[in-house]
Amino acid sequence: MTLVQAIRDALALEMERDPGVVLLGEDIGKNGGVFRATEGLWARFGSERVIDTPLAEAGIVGMAIGMALNGLRPVAEIQFVDFIYPAFDQIVSELAKFRYRSAGQFTAPVVIRTPSGGGIKGGHYHSQSPEAYFIHTAGLKVVMPSTPADGKGLLASAMRDPDPVIFLEPKALYRTAKGEVPEGDYTVPLGKARVVKEGGDVSLITYGATVHVAEEAAGMAAQDGIHAEVIDLRTLWPMDIETVIRSVEMTGRAIVLHEAPRTCGFGAELAALIQEKAFLHLKAPVARVTGFDTPFPYALEKLYIPDAHRVLKAIVAAASY
Amino acid sequence: MELPLLVALREGGSVDPDLDPGLGGEALLFLFRKMVFLRALDEKGLSLQRAGRIGFYIGATGQEAAEIGSGFALKEGDWVFPSYRDQGVALLHGYPLSALVGQLFGNSSDTTKGRQMPNHWCDRAARVVSVSSPVATQIPQAVGVAYAAQLRGEKSAAIAYFGDGGSSTGEFHAGLNFAGVFRTPNVFFCSNNQYAISLPFAKQTAAGSIAVKAAGYGFPGVRVDGNDILAVVRVTRDALERARAGKGPTLIEALTYRMSAHSSSDDATHYRSEEEVEAWRRKDPIHRFAAYLKKEGLLTDQAEAAAAVEAREEVQRAVAACEAAPPVPPESLVEDVYAEMPWHLKEQREWIRMPVKG
Repeated sequence: MTLVQAIRDALALEMERDPGVVLLGEDIGKNGGVFRATEGLWARFGSERVIDTPLAEAGIVGMAIGMALNGLRPVAEIQFVDFIYPAFDQIVSELAKFRYRSAGQFTAPVVIRTPSGGGIKGGHYHSQSPEAYFIHTAGLKVVMPSTPADGKGLLASAMRDPDPVIFLEPKALYRTAKGEVPEGDYTVPLGKARVVKEGGDVSLITYGATVHVAEEAAGMAAQDGIHAEVIDLRTLWPMDIETVIRSVEMTGRAIVLHEAPRTCGFGAELAALIQEKAFLHLKAPVARVTGFDTPFPYALEKLYIPDAHRVLKAIVAAASY
Repeated sequence: MELPLLVALREGGSVDPDLDPGLGGEALLFLFRKMVFLRALDEKGLSLQRAGRIGFYIGATGQEAAEIGSGFALKEGDWVFPSYRDQGVALLHGYPLSALVGQLFGNSSDTTKGRQMPNHWCDRAARVVSVSSPVATQIPQAVGVAYAAQLRGEKSAAIAYFGDGGSSTGEFHAGLNFAGVFRTPNVFFCSNNQYAISLPFAKQTAAGSIAVKAAGYGFPGVRVDGNDILAVVRVTRDALERARAGKGPTLIEALTYRMSAHSSSDDATHYRSEEEVEAWRRKDPIHRFAAYLKKEGLLTDQAEAAAAVEAREEVQRAVAACEAAPPVPPESLVEDVYAEMPWHLKEQREWIRMPVKG
């Protein structure tokens, strides 16, 4: 099963299980979504629960908040995360703050699904990785799967979670990531990282599409006798700090890896946490392998997105520090 | 395109039979007392702020007919999305005065743990939804609430309040457009009080009225005299009934005037003349309604004065009870961010517990 099929599977199963689940977004109904994530659901569950909305992201998220306030479990699709900014105020000032500002009286368990990241020749506006904005906002959970099984299991968990979840789908993996996916009801708990590959020399900490880059780089490093442990965070925030720190305490070297720009990217927070909590175990500075501090480019996309060679360089540098 | 201004309480004291909400004497006096109460509350709120006993206050002085009239039209089970100036509506819809005053003090008498500055209230039991400061964000949320009610086949409506300034926002457009497309059971209530902080209505829009904008969304817009409580009750009640009956949304524009400054932090003399304010003071909705009630033999000068005294006393009792409450506990800072406290907030709670010295 591909990642996009696994996501559709989770949506269908949750809609079947809970009549309060509704989907809303642009082109998600009859058309099944521009990436086909909701294909067939409109025919199966009807236009009242698979809702084609007018083109206005603030309207989509605002409406989803209201639905959640009144007992539904809305899953809003933002067609590309690059188009989420018109809804930024609804997400940051409203969705994230309802529980806190009402001292728990009002809660808005909305899931916002949205394709994120580059790799499809999409230029500035179909490629960005804005996870740091949402991690920085108290009250939101941020999740990003890297495999079809996690796509299904994490999305099901997000849809049952009492808090709002920004669910980032690495669009480059929609059809390229394939794998076994458990049939029927299946959840992967939020807040738990996955050790993709064990290794004792250096910890590679990442999420989303770059998990596969990290695996490739770890394979190359192994040929040089350097054994990298690859950790897929799965839930970016609140993150699984234990798994990361346990690994870094063992390896003494950490590389954080993401597509998003470098400055104030999530990698900066990871690096800070690692040095706070594992300082005496560190044998090398925590390294960042990231996108560049530029707008996401069109022609130079492959240069922008970290590849296995860049990660390998960082591994070798850390190992020989 | 121009919409007529609906007026029930005519000059000269008669009531237009087409717009008469048909209320009995008891209901009319109830409305009057609530208007008087709201003014007393706002006077106290501002004086508490001036005395440094609360940090901030936003009054609705001059808008009592729009507030109390529309709040009165609501039924139990309807959802209210107020703005920060709609304390009158919130109280009428079941928000307890003790909670409202507690919110002003932001201490342990505040049911929301002192999380927000004054005038940002909520009450889940009353379905009065939590207020935020960015204007008009509540409009698409009210559409979502109404959609959910409609999906479940419930006969409740959701009303969203905002001002003339809010009508310029993207969320006004998105929300009303969605409501039109989905025919949700909504009422959009614009208190056009002529000012968005300093900006006069004429500079907010070239459309001439807010209500006329409803045509762009495919549902009716109504322009009502917002200082005429009878007309406000009538048009709001009609719009709510229309919504609950599945006939779709309505946009109401209540023409009124913000007699006070925008908030306790604002000085309106910077941008408007005393002559202008004085002209509207003569249209004071409380005096207008009082004159009608007296003409109908329902109110005396003595009863009017007594209502004001009673209102001030009730507010004073609530203030005394709330002001004495202890401050919110420091550890509550990190509560309610998530349903369950994650590790990083537990860590930060430890920092609160740790003494600064030693």
